[in-house]
Amino acid sequence: MSQLLTVAKPRRNTELLLLILALGVSAMANALVNLNLGRTFDNDFFTQIAILSGLSLAFHVVLRFKAKYADPVILPVVVALNGIGLAVIHRLDITSGDTAATRQWMWTSLAVVAAITVIWFLRDHRILRRYTYISLLVSVVLLILPLVPGISAGNVNGATVWISLGPFTFQPGEIAKITLAIFFAGYLSSNRDLILLAGKKIGPLQLPRMRDMAPMIVAWLASVGVLVFQRDLGSSILFFGLFMVMIYVATSRVSWIFIGLALIAVGGVAAYQIFPHVARRIDVWVNAFDPAYIGADYGSFQVVEGLFGLANGGLMGTGLGQGSPDKLPVANSDMIIAVIGEELGLVGLFAILCLYALLIARGFRAALGTRDAFGKLLAVGLSFAVALQCFIIIGGVTRLIPLTGLTTPFLSSGGSSLLANWIIVALILKISDAARRPIDVSASSSPIEQLSPIDATQKEVPSP
Amino acid sequence: MNAAIRNSWIVAIALFALLFGSISYVQFFAVDSLNDNPSNQRQLVKNFCSSRGPILVDGQAIAESVATNTDCKYQRKYNDPLLYAGLTGFFSKWSGKYGLEDVMSPELTGNSNDAILERIAQIFTGEQLQGRSVELTIDSKIQQMAFDMIPDGIGGSIVVNNPKTGAIIAMASKPSYDTNLMATHNKADFDASMAELVKVPGINLFGSSAYRKLYSPGSVFKIIDTAAALESGKYNKDSILPNPAELTFPGMDYALPNYAYGQCYTKDKASFAFALENSCNTPFASIALDLGQDAITAQAEKFGFNDNSLGFPSAVEGSRFPGSQGVLDDAALAQSAIGQRDVLASPLQIAMMTSAIANGGTQMAPNLVKTVRTPDLKTVSSLKPEVLRQSTTPEIAAQISEWMVSVVDNGIASAAAVPGVKVAGKTGTAELGDGLNNAWFTGFAPADDPQVVVTIMMPQVDVPTGAQLTSPNASKLFKAVLKK
Repeated sequence: MSQLLTVAKPRRNTELLLLILALGVSAMANALVNLNLGRTFDNDFFTQIAILSGLSLAFHVVLRFKAKYADPVILPVVVALNGIGLAVIHRLDITSGDTAATRQWMWTSLAVVAAITVIWFLRDHRILRRYTYISLLVSVVLLILPLVPGISAGNVNGATVWISLGPFTFQPGEIAKITLAIFFAGYLSSNRDLILLAGKKIGPLQLPRMRDMAPMIVAWLASVGVLVFQRDLGSSILFFGLFMVMIYVATSRVSWIFIGLALIAVGGVAAYQIFPHVARRIDVWVNAFDPAYIGADYGSFQVVEGLFGLANGGLMGTGLGQGSPDKLPVANSDMIIAVIGEELGLVGLFAILCLYALLIARGFRAALGTRDAFGKLLAVGLSFAVALQCFIIIGGVTRLIPLTGLTTPFLSSGGSSLLANWIIVALILKISDAARRPIDVSASSSPIEQLSPIDATQKEVPSP
Repeated sequence: MNAAIRNSWIVAIALFALLFGSISYVQFFAVDSLNDNPSNQRQLVKNFCSSRGPILVDGQAIAESVATNTDCKYQRKYNDPLLYAGLTGFFSKWSGKYGLEDVMSPELTGNSNDAILERIAQIFTGEQLQGRSVELTIDSKIQQMAFDMIPDGIGGSIVVNNPKTGAIIAMASKPSYDTNLMATHNKADFDASMAELVKVPGINLFGSSAYRKLYSPGSVFKIIDTAAALESGKYNKDSILPNPAELTFPGMDYALPNYAYGQCYTKDKASFAFALENSCNTPFASIALDLGQDAITAQAEKFGFNDNSLGFPSAVEGSRFPGSQGVLDDAALAQSAIGQRDVLASPLQIAMMTSAIANGGTQMAPNLVKTVRTPDLKTVSSLKPEVLRQSTTPEIAAQISEWMVSVVDNGIASAAAVPGVKVAGKTGTAELGDGLNNAWFTGFAPADDPQVVVTIMMPQVDVPTGAQLTSPNASKLFKAVLKK
């Protein structure tokens, strides 16, 4: 087990400074929307800024008490992303007459409260390891929920991933991302030695035993199940990518990557052959600019309009509120990147991507720094999931890959996504707190470590 | 384990590098091709919904942008659309732009080259570009008069122009239609109107029949034969031409008859004056056979035939003299020389031909725009008469002009006369079979100092109707323009 040395400084004041900057960005974005669309600065504007400031400052204060050594960059980055998302959704509401921004404010508040709760009550992230198999069970239930008659919201935009509870709709798959990561981290950190040591070696590749393949097969089946029954290609790729990166990090074996890629190839080819909706996605992607595909149902209208919008924005963008995203279907969720690209330009999108890259980098940094395998796996899994999700949806919008419906973390309208991503942030913050916290605290959990300075020293020195 | 974490980190960053790449491609390298994609409505909507300058006639807007309270901020509105449809054309979100809306678009939007300083200033001030106003050379009274002279149900055209400047004073044609139907923001309304309008026989939705449609010119083409004859040197003003009752061709059972209505049958030899006054066919057919196909073709082209380059008010359909397309046999050449068979001309072309005679052999480019002004009424450009080509010599033009005066004074265009003014004219009756003709009049006045050319074309009418709709109306138009 290894970790990096970090100078043990809380750096909460840095966080506060960055947070004020992030809140400033959000307030300015909202102000620009109001100015450019001829809105007055009514009470809503000030209440909303007050709510976002209050929530993030509360989070900041809780971190001061409960996770003093947590990474200082993560919270400001997330607040900035969430704030920009709120401004853009507000902007889209003005054009479309929707009230998505109000719901998004409500969900933001709920999500931040949930994240604060995690920080407050989760004393140590390693406690989650106890719930490895419960997490698996919860994941399975969450993934099956949208298929259960009665609470299923049915087929929405071609995918069956929603449930409805009273007036609310919810995407349980978003939460399953977290519980699956907890399960994989718990399972792999317990069994990694076994998986590592057993197995035949063929040339440079050490092949795993068949029985150690079981969890991978389970993950593969789960992903294929999501694809087949929920028709959700994006989540399917996301779950499998999450598992692949975690088993690779757990074992450091490249052979897993090859096995995983082989399974993807088999699953992909089979899905293309068997399921018309998968084949359709690929066809639409390849022939996006063909007018016959633009005009067709489930055709390329969405992606092509998004590209036209992005081109309209060009380098500098039209300015917030000055684009024409009214033509764009699902502008405030799947296609929000196209709206931001049109109005803030390439420059704005690069800034957004940099924020994501920063967030993900801090997540990986927490993984490198933390001392336990479970924490490392969980931090890598969650960070990589965010990265992969950004790649799938932004790559889809820019036609790098076929467009599949996924939310853009923190920006898109959608409560389940916000809730899940804020909880992920809370978990990564907690792990980074553990990573950066000085070792020799008197309240250390293990009395043996206190008695054995050699052990402790070994733990502090980074492995080569 | 940390090495694997670092590798995963590299993979994550590689994914982001791909995203940076694809965004750069879409928002920088592919911008032009995406904006120009035919499926991309954004650019059109962007232009379509912004304010354009007005098109003015006598200071009144015939096309203007009116503010709306919808997302599309401006609606193009055409006033008196039936009268001006052929000139303004229209600007449609659903079908593009035509006519002056197309040709003058840079000025109307404020994007013309001379607005470069304003556009640079706009980058800093953020103000919207202001469209220029385009004032036409049209006289609204003459335009209305010409329009009313064309009976509903007859797809006629009338062109009134100044031969010295090329300025168009009136250009009317029927059937016309309400261009506001094309400018609607509502796609369903547009489609419905379009479906109805295309059913109207003879309608020209994308411009005026006066410059978009070609007709057999008939005897007005004899002006070109006369010019060719005089230019060849083989003929002079006193030449005596053969005038048989019909022209026969060896080895063919076809015979070209002389013109039936008039005095042609009274003589078997004719002077130019007599042949033109009575519009006899056989003298001009004989000239063509004598001079040959190439000479007639060359002369027709000097008057503007076989030229598709004219782009005003929008793409002008090039008139055709088929002599350039292959060898004509004698019968075909003889028929072509009297403006029949495959010879086709737009009313604008005939107006330009007559204008060249009126203007001492110099053909001026037709022109519709008098002034272009900025919103603060600064004149950006004004009409500059432009020589298009030299059609014939001043001497020959003067000679033909003199003969055209006698066509009105002594010949079959006498109804075009205006008391106290020397009027020059030539009629044409292109036979279409079934007793129907294209009836033409083209002429100018005053003959000694031409101020106005009137060209009238009424298709598919019988001879008495044609005679009644052409020369007498020309007389009224001459009077109106010259204020006699």
